[in-house]
Amino acid sequence: MALYLLRRLMQSGFVLVAMSLLVFLGVYAVGDPIEILISPDADQIEKERAIRALGLDLPLWQQYLVFVGKALQGDLGRSFVFNEPAIQLILQRMPATLELAFGSMFLSILIGLPLGLYAGLRPNRALSKGIMAGSILGFSLPTFWVGLMLIMVFAVQLGWLPSTGRGDTALLFGIPWSFLTLDGLSHILLPAINLSLFKISLVIRLTRAGVRETMLMDYVKFARAKGLSPFRVTFVHVFKNIMIPVVTVVGLELGGTIAFSVVTESVFAWPGMGKLIIDSINVLDRPVIVAYLMMIVLMFIIINLAVDILYTVLDPRVRLEAKA
Amino acid sequence: MSATAAVPQVETPFRRFVSEFCASPLAVGGLVVFAIIALVAILAPWIAPQDPYDLAVLDIMDGRLEPGSVGGSGITHWLGTDDQGRDMLSGIMYGLRISLLVGVGSALIACLVGASLGLLAAYAGGRTDTMIMRLVDLQLSFPTILAALMILAFLGKGIFNVVIALVIVEWAYYARTVRGSALVERRREYIEAAMCLALPTRRILFNHLLPNCLPPLIVVGTMQIARAIALEATLSFLGLGVPITEPSLGLLIANGYEYMLSGKYWISFYPGIALLITIVAINLMGDQMRDVLNPRLKK
Repeated sequence: MALYLLRRLMQSGFVLVAMSLLVFLGVYAVGDPIEILISPDADQIEKERAIRALGLDLPLWQQYLVFVGKALQGDLGRSFVFNEPAIQLILQRMPATLELAFGSMFLSILIGLPLGLYAGLRPNRALSKGIMAGSILGFSLPTFWVGLMLIMVFAVQLGWLPSTGRGDTALLFGIPWSFLTLDGLSHILLPAINLSLFKISLVIRLTRAGVRETMLMDYVKFARAKGLSPFRVTFVHVFKNIMIPVVTVVGLELGGTIAFSVVTESVFAWPGMGKLIIDSINVLDRPVIVAYLMMIVLMFIIINLAVDILYTVLDPRVRLEAKA
Repeated sequence: MSATAAVPQVETPFRRFVSEFCASPLAVGGLVVFAIIALVAILAPWIAPQDPYDLAVLDIMDGRLEPGSVGGSGITHWLGTDDQGRDMLSGIMYGLRISLLVGVGSALIACLVGASLGLLAAYAGGRTDTMIMRLVDLQLSFPTILAALMILAFLGKGIFNVVIALVIVEWAYYARTVRGSALVERRREYIEAAMCLALPTRRILFNHLLPNCLPPLIVVGTMQIARAIALEATLSFLGLGVPITEPSLGLLIANGYEYMLSGKYWISFYPGIALLITIVAINLMGDQMRDVLNPRLKK
């Protein structure tokens, strides 16, 4: 286990280095930061001084090392637009995004698991077919368009829910959260539903496929032959085994959800990281783009690592392979 | 038995596939709808009531007309007009062209790149395999939207750039799929036989190995077209995709966003419906194909 963990950690480190290189090359080598940073009527001497001050006269690999060195100290540059450290800007907006992502994960499990279980246990009922057809719809619906339609129906026409913003927040550990106030909850409901649609479909399909495959296994037949109640067979014997893919995929989806909240946040004007990155791309706020990408890469590596470790804990077969 | 007896219908894999595919009315419906959509997109310049790119025929006075109203030029705008007086029906037809072009085009290129690399990985094995698959893992561990966002942030807008971004984020799916089935196939006798005949590697790869890896590739390809279309629409909605002069469905929807809060729903609504129907039709086909081509579900 320790060896496996070590190898996994080394892989993660390698990915982090590779991605930082890509982001560095992408952002710093494609465009010319001097054009943006220095006013066009600056004279040659001023220009050269600025280039030296920014370290842009160094060879590319040295610039990269400087970039990494600063990044390791938590310094990813200052935003051109806000004139604040980029990392601080992102951290300020992170709770809003995480709140939205977890809210939608919660909704997707809450809705997807029972529906998938039903569709898997009774595959031939009309309701099951309806659920499956609905899940295709969930995969097919373009998120941003559904978001617009949700706003149109629930905010514009019915006027039940607010269409934009976070609403009132309450402090917990010194961080403002929307889900602690009623007004905040009403604000988060639409975006969370919007963001969870895809995952609800995913959970339904995974659960159904898992149930259908597991129900044919010998150990399930044996459990039934033993005379165990259908309830026990389903919720103890079958459920445990379908949880492996569901946990993996939902866990992996956390990262995807955080990334995809870019779209939902733009539609609902939710003040999270996703909206920040879109705004920053539109005004070419490079330090923020770099900082966002590096943060999200780091987040992904941690999530992937956590899921892998969780996986070995849940599935003994993976543990055996790692030992062999 | 005489030689003139009627030859019984041979059950080729393709015939079996077609008959099993047609067993699902939903899938056939998807195919028909997709065919109609593709036709509309191809024929748009001839059947659309208006050329939405021709600024001379657009009249700003016709802006934001409700569906069914008649504009100043005498055209009935069945789906209304957008803020520049562009007929939405024509806009959608032309938008479909771009959406399909980008979706199908990027899926095909990604398939070409991904399948070649996947085949190479499976066939060569060793270090080549490890390197290609590490790259695939890296690619797949990041969500497509994020990778596409990153690439477009570097490259800037444009149809060509969107295609590049989509190819970069999608090739890995094909590579993984092809490698998986190629690994199984390459241990078969016919590959050994081909290698004994000292056929050139390229020929073994593309004439012998690839045709036997096609079924899963077709399934992935179909689904990826739908994903590519959706992703392009999303990127265009976020303002990172196609330029404003050649609006795809996503951009049409984005244009209607600001008018939605004042109740002018049709500018965003109808392009979205067109997008939805396209994607659902493709997914219905893909879903049935996956069931038909999956040997694990065979009884």
